[in-house]
Amino acid sequence: MNATLPYVLCMILFCIGIYAMLAKRNIIKIIIGLSIAEYAVNLFLVLAAYRIGGTAPIFSDGRTPAPGSMVDPLPHALVLTSIVIGLATTAFMIALAIRLYGKYGTFDITRMRELRG
Amino acid sequence: MQVRAMSKEHEPGMSLIVKTVTRLTIGLIFLYGIYIVLHGHLTPGGGFAGGVIVALSFINLTLAFGGSASSKVFSLDAAHMVEALGAIMFLAIALLGLQWGGFFDNFLRSDGEPGMLVSAGIIPLANIAICMKVGAGIFAIFLTLIVIQKFEGEGRNR
Amino acid sequence: MMSPGTIPLFVAVPLAGAFLIALLKRVKGFPDAMGVMATVCTFALSVFAVLRQLPGERVILDIGSWGARLIPGSIDALRTVGIQLALDGLSTFMLVVVNFIAFLVAVYSIHYMTRFTSKAYFYILFLLMVAGMNGVIITGDLFNLFVFVEIASLASYALVAFGTGKRELEAAFKYAVMGGVGSLLVLLGIIFLYSNTGTLNMMDMSRWLAEHPGSEGLRNLVLGLFLAGFGLKAALVPFHAWLPDAHPSAPAPISAMLSGVLIKSLGVYAICRVLFNIFGITPQLSSMLMGLGALSMSIGVILALRQWDMKRLLAYHSISQIGYIILGIGIGTPLGILGGLFHLFNHSIFKSLLFLDAGAVEYATGTRNLKELGGLSRRMPVTSWTTLSASMSIAGIPPFSGFWSKLIIVMACVEQGLWFYAFITVLVSILTLASFMKIMRYGFLGTIREALGKVSEVPAFMRIALVTLALVCILGGLLLLPGLKNGFLGQAVQVLINGRGG
Repeated sequence: MNATLPYVLCMILFCIGIYAMLAKRNIIKIIIGLSIAEYAVNLFLVLAAYRIGGTAPIFSDGRTPAPGSMVDPLPHALVLTSIVIGLATTAFMIALAIRLYGKYGTFDITRMRELRG
Repeated sequence: MQVRAMSKEHEPGMSLIVKTVTRLTIGLIFLYGIYIVLHGHLTPGGGFAGGVIVALSFINLTLAFGGSASSKVFSLDAAHMVEALGAIMFLAIALLGLQWGGFFDNFLRSDGEPGMLVSAGIIPLANIAICMKVGAGIFAIFLTLIVIQKFEGEGRNR
Repeated sequence: MMSPGTIPLFVAVPLAGAFLIALLKRVKGFPDAMGVMATVCTFALSVFAVLRQLPGERVILDIGSWGARLIPGSIDALRTVGIQLALDGLSTFMLVVVNFIAFLVAVYSIHYMTRFTSKAYFYILFLLMVAGMNGVIITGDLFNLFVFVEIASLASYALVAFGTGKRELEAAFKYAVMGGVGSLLVLLGIIFLYSNTGTLNMMDMSRWLAEHPGSEGLRNLVLGLFLAGFGLKAALVPFHAWLPDAHPSAPAPISAMLSGVLIKSLGVYAICRVLFNIFGITPQLSSMLMGLGALSMSIGVILALRQWDMKRLLAYHSISQIGYIILGIGIGTPLGILGGLFHLFNHSIFKSLLFLDAGAVEYATGTRNLKELGGLSRRMPVTSWTTLSASMSIAGIPPFSGFWSKLIIVMACVEQGLWFYAFITVLVSILTLASFMKIMRYGFLGTIREALGKVSEVPAFMRIALVTLALVCILGGLLLLPGLKNGFLGQAVQVLINGRGG
């Protein structure tokens, strides 16, 4: 149980984000929910890279360390990319939210029901 | 930057204390961002993180002095130009690698030794291109969303 | 064979075009010219790739010349370090489809987008979307696939909201949230796969998974995540809820791109790659795909029956036709996969044509509601003839191209003894025919109304795009001739049949 506890907490964070997207009516809260879910997945990716007893994967001067003493560096690069994608999505949705407020006069998503059927 | 006299209430931007401290620190923030970009192949950070910090220095300028003052230093059109230039530079580096080796090949690999600033071939150049794109891009997002607000229903303009 | 160095041009040319337009926004006419030139280049390259490919070969390019290295401390010998780009039969097939439609849509937009402001931004986003879709098809690395899926998706969210009216913004918001969730599910699946296999390269992953079967539970979890995530991008039922709002609200050329190529490149192609080449098809997976396909077909066509908005009706039919494609591919036999992939090609052609026609009607008359239209065939002859040929093709009337692909799918069902699925396929075909007879009768035949008396045919570039697509609709059946079939469709089918090895 000790080893899987961080992963379980990560999944709980993801579920909190999904809950916010489903249950909240304010557009800004839906965007925040998507951001929380996104960060939960990024956190999960970083946790998947951890090796027990490993150090940060940076070469200091001169030494070439033994293989297996560092944490896996590949997911760190993947997480950087994923954070940038999350930033772009959030920025776009906030711009949409500002425009929606201008058109509808409200942030409440239950009032935006033009498309139906 | 001009030295301003005592700040009056109707001048744009924030109070005198904020303006003075900003004037002192934004140069340092900008320099710190460039340091992170240039040492991207040696220490954590690199193009994206450094670009965000560079953008933060301009955002700081805008917040403290008002939109019209900062647009004289770095306007929205200039931000669009720098962004596109950064992207084209990155693409040019990638395609030049095609010429010498493979796509994205590290064709300056042999100069310098590991651990020094001049090493790792094209990676510092790619970092600089990404810093230009990301910094200008985030500053443009900030300007568009927060400073220039023109939508129907509310006509506020700061 | 194609030299490997030209593979990245499929992504580099549209990207360079997009950023050059961003630099030179103010120059008159430059965005249009750049958009058309970039798509012409990629289309020519893709045709070149098909003509030059040898049967069964795969052209690989290692980015940065990293190649395969010996990883210290890993179990097996050689692992691929770095990202690979690969072109095999399926990739060249998809590239031709995507770039052909992109080129014609770029030509069509020259006149259609004059009604909107900021044409330069349209072409920038459009070229970014094309670059993203091409990138999905040529990459050989799973996380790189995810990144390109995101690039294309973000560009499409912005393009759906391009008109900035009330409905467009609401539809774009819904689409962005659901697309975001789909991407998160895909990313979760990739994380599980990576921590299990230790590599991100698709070929290495399939080899590793073949040697170490691993636990049943993990495999089902990852397959479920990928089916949900990519199924959301492909608008499979039950993940289809965003499509009827997003596709009609986009400007007509973008609707054509979304319905015609985006849901296929991001959704169907990614499902094929992951399910066939990485995991290998099993009977349970096959029946699940067939079930989802049949469900999509039926629900799409039933919900389309009560629509009076032309583009919303076409959007529901997109859901239904994607069901055909997934059913054909899910059958798993060579005949079934041939039917599915041929229907993918045909659907891109006739669905794009239908959306461009709806756009032409809207450009000329200002409305999309079938109850307000009527008798346009006299004033807009090109539009009505092309709509007629596309409608006959989608309903499956010989000798149009749609008939042949639906026939092959029905034959594949019968060959496997799946009488129920064959019956559903024919039934849905008949209902599709009913829907399109409605469009023809209410939109084009009959007497013209007072208010529409002054409409005229659409401008030249739009007509060129419409007529070209209609010609391919009519002549599409020729792709089944033995000589052409082995070179084009046959290669794609072979890659999926090879499964794990391909």
